[in-house]
Amino acid sequence: MTIDWNAFTPYSALAGGVLIGLGTAVLLLLNGRIAGISGILGGLLTRTPGETGWRLAFTVGLLVGPALWLLVHALPPIHINTGYPLLVAAGLLVGIGTRYGSGCTSGHGVCGLSRLSPRSLVATLTFMGAGFATVFVVRHLLGV
Amino acid sequence: MKKTVITAFASGLLFGLGLLLSGMANPEKVLGFLDLFGAWDPSLALVMAGAIAVGLPVFFIAGRRGRTLLGGQIQLPTRRDIDRPLVVGSLLFGIGWGLAGFCPGPAVVATGAGEPKALVFTIAMLAGMLLFSFVERRSDG
Repeated sequence: MTIDWNAFTPYSALAGGVLIGLGTAVLLLLNGRIAGISGILGGLLTRTPGETGWRLAFTVGLLVGPALWLLVHALPPIHINTGYPLLVAAGLLVGIGTRYGSGCTSGHGVCGLSRLSPRSLVATLTFMGAGFATVFVVRHLLGV
Repeated sequence: MKKTVITAFASGLLFGLGLLLSGMANPEKVLGFLDLFGAWDPSLALVMAGAIAVGLPVFFIAGRRGRTLLGGQIQLPTRRDIDRPLVVGSLLFGIGWGLAGFCPGPAVVATGAGEPKALVFTIAMLAGMLLFSFVERRSDG
């Protein structure tokens, strides 16, 4: 393991993390809901009565973030080097996996670990381990 | 408009801006973190640390209050069991995450930034979620 010091951005990472934490705090203390994005999106698709309004509003907030950012500054780089067939396969896996496992990086990773939930700790270690293993196979075994 | 709709919008906005600022809306940077055995970019760990540093006291307070500042009920998950769906689902999610570098939040934010590939990923992800609820509903009888 070697640290890529050129890519490492500790200050913006910490500051961005704090903003994510604040977003989570707003939803928890004002709406009484967990900011788990896979749960919010999945809930929008299944339409639970009384829960659609806030879920839609949260999702619109995520979507218009970049437009608001653009009013002040150019957008940070977004590089997507994965080809379309793999992107679709990855999207399906993320969609099915997050619903089956009841959460993603936000619900289990940020909220669950903040709640000291053993379920979320297991989930986070599992999806991070699977992510590390997948990139290892793709980049270092297959050499893509 | 209901207050809870406005606060949910504000929450999503803060969350989205945080993902942009931290670089996590960029799959290349996320894959740099997941490439533990190559040139490793530890940034994602600090994003989690920053978010959890805020989250720990907030969830502690929320757990004791039980009610929101607007008077509503705070709904926290109660399950504590480690079951197969939790582990298998997280494994599948992690494989997809490692293939593209996108998890749900960043995919939506990058779609909002006008990235066509992010939109394609997001549509596939929503299709996966729909497929899951379809299968789940059928097996429930």
